[in-house]
Amino acid sequence: MALDRWIALIILGIALAYGYAAYFTMDQLLPPFMQRNPIWPSTFPKVLAVMAIVTSLVILLGLEKPSGEVATPDIDYRRLGDYKIGQAACLLGLMVAYALLLRPAGFLLSTAGFLTIGGMILGERKLWVLCPVAALATGVVWYLVEGVLGIFLRPLPFFLG
Amino acid sequence: MLEGLTIGLSTAFSITNILMVIGGCLIGTFIGMLPGLGPMSIIAIMIPVAITLGDPSAALILLAGVYYGAIFGGSTSSILLNAPGVAGTVATSFDGYPMARAGKAGKALTIAAISSFMGGTIGAVLLMIFAPMLSTVALLFHSAEYFALMVVGLSAIAAFAGTGNVAKAMMMTLLGLMMATVGEGALFNMPRFTMGLMDLQSGFSFITLAMAMFALPEAIFLVMNPARSAQSGEGGGKITGLRITRDEARKIAPVIGRQSIQGFFIGVLPGAGATIASFLGYAVERNIASEEEQKEFGKGSIKGLAAPETANNAACTGSFVPLLTLGIPGSGTTAILLGALIALNVTPGPRLMIDSPHIFWAVIISMYIGNLVLLVLNLPLIPYIAKVLSVPRTYLIPFILFFTLMGSYIGQNNATELLILVGFGLCATVLRFADYPLAPLLIGFILGRMLEDNFSRSMQIYDGAVFILDRPMTLGLLVLAVLLVVVPSYRARRARARAAGVADGD
Repeated sequence: MALDRWIALIILGIALAYGYAAYFTMDQLLPPFMQRNPIWPSTFPKVLAVMAIVTSLVILLGLEKPSGEVATPDIDYRRLGDYKIGQAACLLGLMVAYALLLRPAGFLLSTAGFLTIGGMILGERKLWVLCPVAALATGVVWYLVEGVLGIFLRPLPFFLG
Repeated sequence: MLEGLTIGLSTAFSITNILMVIGGCLIGTFIGMLPGLGPMSIIAIMIPVAITLGDPSAALILLAGVYYGAIFGGSTSSILLNAPGVAGTVATSFDGYPMARAGKAGKALTIAAISSFMGGTIGAVLLMIFAPMLSTVALLFHSAEYFALMVVGLSAIAAFAGTGNVAKAMMMTLLGLMMATVGEGALFNMPRFTMGLMDLQSGFSFITLAMAMFALPEAIFLVMNPARSAQSGEGGGKITGLRITRDEARKIAPVIGRQSIQGFFIGVLPGAGATIASFLGYAVERNIASEEEQKEFGKGSIKGLAAPETANNAACTGSFVPLLTLGIPGSGTTAILLGALIALNVTPGPRLMIDSPHIFWAVIISMYIGNLVLLVLNLPLIPYIAKVLSVPRTYLIPFILFFTLMGSYIGQNNATELLILVGFGLCATVLRFADYPLAPLLIGFILGRMLEDNFSRSMQIYDGAVFILDRPMTLGLLVLAVLLVVVPSYRARRARARAAGVADGD
């Protein structure tokens, strides 16, 4: 089964869970006076759930035939190994680490670290260029966000203030 | 209209707003040139900045400037590197890149800039004529018609996705609508589908979603496939000979005239944006060109360069018509702009012209200024701006990722938002692998709330779904929506059956 149909299967699951919630669990919480309304909080989701289930079945069962011309995809997922998937995964992991460290480690440290490690993951080895550039950029962005836009970002790690 | 124009002129010509246009155009050109960052990602990144400005007209002027700049920047990288940053400028590279290879990069850039300028300016004139007309009609609409109109818009987006992709585009739209129902809506005052999570109480943030749908997958693609940022070193080379001859100008003038009108009207249609306009413009001009000129197409024809450039800029302007008059975005970019406007407490729609004429007219005037800035300021600067193309990707990509993260963090000041961003970004990348279009999801998400509000209001007024039958226009629009989705796939099916030699009795 091709990837697009696997995705349709997953979406079908989501739509079924969504529909179950809309049809069976949501209305239990509805106060009695609202039950006299022609529209309930669950009305619109119910319609959506049915349409989503039908549409995902159309894709899953292949009812809509693909057009003759095969578009050349940007990236062919069948040959994922040919691409730099390791680098992409590392960068995604780095983004998660950044999200978790932004508060405790402070903006300056985590951002400079993110930019430096990100560059290194991509193969930059000239650390004597990379580190100052990352530090400078971090400082400039911090100044712009804090000073010009007036949005508070805690600059330093938690134990420094 | 004259009164409106004066208001618009006085708003747009304030020092701040002129700085906004110039700044927006420069930033847009700068970033739009980078491979992989399209106008949608750039505008999404700029939204926190625009919102902090506080003034809706300044914010919209800034974002519109960024939009034009990004399209212009995209053309520049199409011409110089054959690496279009935006789908709307792919057709530009057909003839632009061969011209650059033949040493006429300067001329190609000038033609692109002039065509964009003319396309954008003529588009703005048409917008000025048609938007007020349309919004007068739109004032007669009730919530039932609005509901139906949005359904038409959404199904048109699915229908324009092309054969074999209608179901996928519709699936994405529905997914976006479903995501919009998450959180505590204003209408019912009760949380829905939050699964008990506090972080979902106020629903998903649209900036995070926009970043996750466009900026992040694009950056991941750039990492995975270094060839996408193809840096052949030509970008940093000398760009000379910006002048074009009078003869060439005479040749492209009719092309520009035709394509700005055609592009504009394609842009007005929901779902058909700059990309379709540019490809269609290219195809039309090739078909009506004389035989010897036809041979030049694809090898560096100035007509083949002028056509898509004019059309995509006119279409960008055209896409503002449904946004400003109906409050319904027809493309991913205008959907993001709509989200920004809502965040600024401005509701675009027919009442925008009446309630806040200064915003409406200032945006239109800023379109002229924006186009002028691109022509007068950016064109001479292009040789210097093009230097950005020689920034190594080891520096570029971490910065793109960082700005994506910052954009979503600044909006919410919540680190959990960043995890949601990465999670959705990963999902969006997988969806792109499987060729699912992502713009419909975002449009569905942004329209979701309004769609449900209008639906609920009509249900309440008419005490049930009878409003569909009671209001003929609503019924007509809904039928149109169904036809839009069903007819193309029915015709494709019949054509296939015919090709297979099966008689189908007509």
